[in-house]
Amino acid sequence: MISTRDILETIQMIREEHLDIRTITMGISLRDCAAEDLDRLCTRIYDKITRQAEHLVRTGEEIERDYGIPIINKRISVTPIAIVADACGAADYTPIARTLDRAAKETGVNFIGGFSALVHKGFTHGDRALIDSIPQALAETERVCSSVNVATTKAGINMDAIAMMGGVIKKAAYLTRDRQSIGPAKLVVFANVPEDNPFMAGAFHGVGEPDVAINVGVSGPGVVRSAIERAGDCSLTELAEIIKRTAFKITRVGQLVASEASRRLDVPFGIVDLSLAPTPEVGDSVAHILESMGLECCGGPGTTACLAMLNDAVKKGGVMASSHVGGLSGAFIPVSEDAGMIDAVRAGILHLEKLEAMTAVCSVGLDMIAVPGDTSEETLCGIIADEISIGVANNKTTACRLIPAYGCQVGDEVEFGGLLGSAPVMAVTPSSPARFISRGGRIPAPIHSLRN
Amino acid sequence: MRAVITVIGRDTVGIIAKTSAILSKNNVNILDITQSVLGDIFAMVMFADITDSTVPFGDLQTELENLGREIGVQIMAVHEDIFNAMHTV
Repeated sequence: MISTRDILETIQMIREEHLDIRTITMGISLRDCAAEDLDRLCTRIYDKITRQAEHLVRTGEEIERDYGIPIINKRISVTPIAIVADACGAADYTPIARTLDRAAKETGVNFIGGFSALVHKGFTHGDRALIDSIPQALAETERVCSSVNVATTKAGINMDAIAMMGGVIKKAAYLTRDRQSIGPAKLVVFANVPEDNPFMAGAFHGVGEPDVAINVGVSGPGVVRSAIERAGDCSLTELAEIIKRTAFKITRVGQLVASEASRRLDVPFGIVDLSLAPTPEVGDSVAHILESMGLECCGGPGTTACLAMLNDAVKKGGVMASSHVGGLSGAFIPVSEDAGMIDAVRAGILHLEKLEAMTAVCSVGLDMIAVPGDTSEETLCGIIADEISIGVANNKTTACRLIPAYGCQVGDEVEFGGLLGSAPVMAVTPSSPARFISRGGRIPAPIHSLRN
Repeated sequence: MRAVITVIGRDTVGIIAKTSAILSKNNVNILDITQSVLGDIFAMVMFADITDSTVPFGDLQTELENLGREIGVQIMAVHEDIFNAMHTV
């Protein structure tokens, strides 16, 4: 029988340290919805999503109640719409985004991901139509999330796609200027995108996935931080062990919830994503974990080393706790969604360049970063190209979710509300990459021998 | 199915009696009880078999939580599997 101490530890993790399941995401293939007529396509998409996900939210709530573990989000990811809609020939995919939004509202999920295109090597008609539709789609919908994969380690970097994304992000920010430029907060530009990621805004249901799958994202920065603080002045060797043990426990809960959701919904279990995902709530911050490891402030010297160790220990502990691990699996460092990151930016310690270095050793990338509204398209493209290169060269996923907040300057704050949090507008180094970006073409895939 | 019921809070007279009364009323069999009192903080862990419960698990949880609010302690009833998952390899 389980000991009283272990039971009380679990209760404390849930009640006081914000242990929760961040998301149950149902991946739904829309490949069988393709149609030549746009209206017919939209009807098929709506019908399939609402049929498959009819019981998703209710089942999530039942599991939450039975096991006493909060499940914060129930979400849906779908096949990249650029693939599903390619046959319909329409130039504007906004009606499809509206359909996804309606299906999300009908099923009760708070986000639906997959208004996406995979263009790491080039574009089809559908890819171009989708990318052109992103700003309007994000402005007109509430729950739709979009992503574009512009590079892979095997294919190299599609710089034509990156050159387009600067403009798309700016336009998305402009069209939502009455809502703090929230549009680009729902848009991710990826390198090496995973096809089974349950976390938004970058979730979609990849082409190698089954018809339907259940993917679960765990969380628990607060639990890791408390464990580190309880350990006191121990060595880093001991600290790594403590993080591994804690990650194991957190992930086991994720595995339990994933198998239970899969059983109750009669949908195959896909993966558990091991990520440490912060929220803006106090006590649920990745930056605060780094500080509890011994940094005065996140962003100062030592930050990359602490983060690398944390990320590695979380993976090592989590991998054994789940039968299938996937998605992004690592520590997230979204600035606006992490109270400690926000404080570090406000204190002038954490800068864009340090965040870029941090993304080399953790998932996912330059995430939820507000920059001045007058940042040029080319500058955004340059920041994206840098971040994507880190992913491609290091054979890992990286991404950018940048928000050029319309009308805002360095030092202003943008408030998105809810899980998206609030972001201090960060400074961008004033030097133009315009000539580099305008060259276009593809950066060839990197060589993976002679590694230096 | 087995559930774990935890009661945490300031020690007062009759916590176990009141909790047990709800369980017995709903035909829930108590398998094991451990309790500890640290200072004036009371912590009790109860294992119960809810297979033959006369009410759905959700209703039992609500009834226990309401009792908790009434007597000023935190009562939580959850499926045993979450603890097994977390604490056994």
